[in-house]
Amino acid sequence: MAKFSGLGGRLYSGETSFNIVEKRKRWYSISALFILASIAALVIQGLHLGIEFKGGASYTLNKPSVTVEQARAAVANIGIEGEVIVQKIGTTKVRIQTGAVSPAQSQAIETALTSTFGVSAESIDTQLVGPSWGKEITKKALYGLIAFLLAVMLFLAMAFEPKMAIAAIVAVVHDVFITVGIYALVGFDVTPATVIGFLTILGYSLYDTVVVFDKVRENTKSVAANSKMTYSQAANLAVNQTLVRSANTSIIALLPVGSILFVGAGLLGAGTLKDLSLALFIGLAVGTYSSVFIAPPFLAQLREKEPAMQALAKRVSARGGAPVATEMKAVRPSTGSGPRNQPKRKGRK
Amino acid sequence: MSTPTKPVKTTGRPVRALAILAALIVGLLATALIQGATSVRLGLDLRGGTSVTLQPRASNDSNKITSEAIDQAVSIIRQRVNSLGVAESEVTAQGSGTNRQIVISVPGDSGRRVVDLVGQTAELRFRQVLAESSALGGSNASAATPAAGVSPEINAKFAALDCTNPASLQGTGADAPTDVIVACSRTGSSKYILGAAEVLGRQVSKATAGIDQQGASAWYVLLTFNGEGTKAFGNITARVTSLASPQNQVAIVLDGLVVSAPVIREAIPSGNAQITGSFTQVEAQDLANVLKYGALPLAFDRGEVQQVSPTLGADQLHAGLLAGALGLGLVLLFSLLYYRALGLVTVGSLAIAGAILYLLFLVLGKSIGFTLTLAGIAGAIVSIGITADSFIVFFERIRDEAREGRSLRSAVESGWARARHTIIVADMVSILAAVLLYFFAVGGVRGFAFTLGLTTLIDLLVVFIFTKPIVTVIAKMNFFASGHPLSGFSAKSIGKSHPATALEA
Repeated sequence: MAKFSGLGGRLYSGETSFNIVEKRKRWYSISALFILASIAALVIQGLHLGIEFKGGASYTLNKPSVTVEQARAAVANIGIEGEVIVQKIGTTKVRIQTGAVSPAQSQAIETALTSTFGVSAESIDTQLVGPSWGKEITKKALYGLIAFLLAVMLFLAMAFEPKMAIAAIVAVVHDVFITVGIYALVGFDVTPATVIGFLTILGYSLYDTVVVFDKVRENTKSVAANSKMTYSQAANLAVNQTLVRSANTSIIALLPVGSILFVGAGLLGAGTLKDLSLALFIGLAVGTYSSVFIAPPFLAQLREKEPAMQALAKRVSARGGAPVATEMKAVRPSTGSGPRNQPKRKGRK
Repeated sequence: MSTPTKPVKTTGRPVRALAILAALIVGLLATALIQGATSVRLGLDLRGGTSVTLQPRASNDSNKITSEAIDQAVSIIRQRVNSLGVAESEVTAQGSGTNRQIVISVPGDSGRRVVDLVGQTAELRFRQVLAESSALGGSNASAATPAAGVSPEINAKFAALDCTNPASLQGTGADAPTDVIVACSRTGSSKYILGAAEVLGRQVSKATAGIDQQGASAWYVLLTFNGEGTKAFGNITARVTSLASPQNQVAIVLDGLVVSAPVIREAIPSGNAQITGSFTQVEAQDLANVLKYGALPLAFDRGEVQQVSPTLGADQLHAGLLAGALGLGLVLLFSLLYYRALGLVTVGSLAIAGAILYLLFLVLGKSIGFTLTLAGIAGAIVSIGITADSFIVFFERIRDEAREGRSLRSAVESGWARARHTIIVADMVSILAAVLLYFFAVGGVRGFAFTLGLTTLIDLLVVFIFTKPIVTVIAKMNFFASGHPLSGFSAKSIGKSHPATALEA
């Protein structure tokens, strides 16, 4: 731990520095690859939607002795259209999922289960979902998503600057895409709980990005006036300085989510907890990546297009190609603003 | 943003902040005690029960989904559900405006019947009263004088009908319009034999409650029929008005229950009728609403029916709590390992946040009917991470400032000035997400969004009036200020390049 903390200090002073912003093409390529794979997975395999979206019925029996075959046999004669999925959940439960059923069929299934296995109707956990329901909640989730993106963009544009808002949203869309892609690829069930997870990721991923951008803004505030570093270099320093913070906040966020996943998948087998935490877990990991490797480089790229920043880059390169900070060995600035520790370039000649 | 190293002010303020915090917690505790809230209200998925979500749909072209119609539907369904007599049943509309779903929750095992009961679109009908009795208890003795046109079978049924039994007041909607039926009044105060339906609810074009200004300020209901209805209502009133009581009454029947059975004073061929009686304002308006909307003003698609057995409920509660404990434990462990003694501040802050959250659950359960669902628990667990995030942002800022060579006391103040902005912006984004999720979602998602939003607010509060003041206080302690190896501020752990230049502790 102490060693890692030491790294934090070196990253802060610029002693150790990762060229994250400059190597943006590398990160873009990696992400483009993932996004292409996601699109391919979505087109070819599609998402594995739970009954909440397709309409259907689910019955869960809590009796350890019942086998999948017995359960399947019990409901075989009811004449349910479409595929009937019977699964063992955990060690004690059996779940039967069907497509949309009429109320009479639903009644028949329950009667068959209660009489075959000698359980009371109340002890069967049932879920019936109408065929139009999925459309309704999908519509709502979509509206929610759009409203959220607009609101956040507006808010960040006010709290920071418009280009940061754009970069943050690009990173978030990137996260959602890849997370959904992973779902399509692996074939995890998508339920309303998963959708909650997706929507929450948006908030989370932005949280991380906000932390990084706050530092970027601070470092780049007077960058043009000083002509010591280009915007990209200042942004890169900010990313490095917040790297330990990003790592820590991500670990701390992943710990509880991981616990829910562990308990939800291990103890309950299936359901809200597992679906929610799985989406969060994947999304958080992707979100951490994008807040470091996608959002800041993209922001730098946007800002470097501005004439003022291009002029700055020219001035900086005229000074010898690299920002030189020897004259200004990190003395504590009395005002607290302005450039702080300039990165010491390793191998400077 | 720029924070020069002004003289560090440390006295008074942290104490005041901590006093506010203490007052807040005591206040919440007192509120909970006064309300008598001793346990958090659990959602159906944690204690077992049935929930039904209905999606409104216009039943025909003239029947648009209006906000009013949804409210009306909610109150009719609530009436039906309440007749089941299950404590703590709930009928609510979720969403906003006309874009709302109706959610019915019935706890425990008895929820099974709800599914069949609600959502039936019973129709309003006008039937002639053939016999009336206020002898409510059921008896097997046949009624003394069978009314004309009433079969002995119906007569026996009439005698046996027990309107004091709540089951009789359930409103089945199973009253075929062409049949002669027996029915209780809605209030259970009398029972009737009723003839075939002669006027239907959809033949009513308008109904309003009004007050007679001249007389004894009596409330009445004005009723207007459409063309078809005018003719049918004219016929029935012309026929019954000369008959002997009770056959000169026309019963207004909804859902198999008699809402009102006014005596017909004269033939009403005009299609405009006035119903008077000793109505209160509420009664008159209720009657007008019933007449106006027929029965359920909307048809419903059954969106989702979910039945959770008490066993599964208990399992889910158990799993949720276990996941919470595990997640909390890991976060605390990480904080202590990484931040050493400073991690104790995280422990304290999370404990305070947890206490406030628990008390709010208690208070909100009583005051706005908040129930904790599994998704809500998940939201609370997820928020442990968000809350701890703020501490990290703050702590790392302090370390950054210390790396610049500041003394701990000054690093805390200038680090706070910068971290504050980050924390507020980041939390605002979280709150934005929670609010939008809440408004655009139904059921479980709302529970999640609610706890997530609530905990983010608590996070802001705790960071401002607990974490920051406490850190200010401990920065004065020699153990921390001198950079003790276990304090989390040692030169080694923060990688300070200038070895403790400013330790004027």
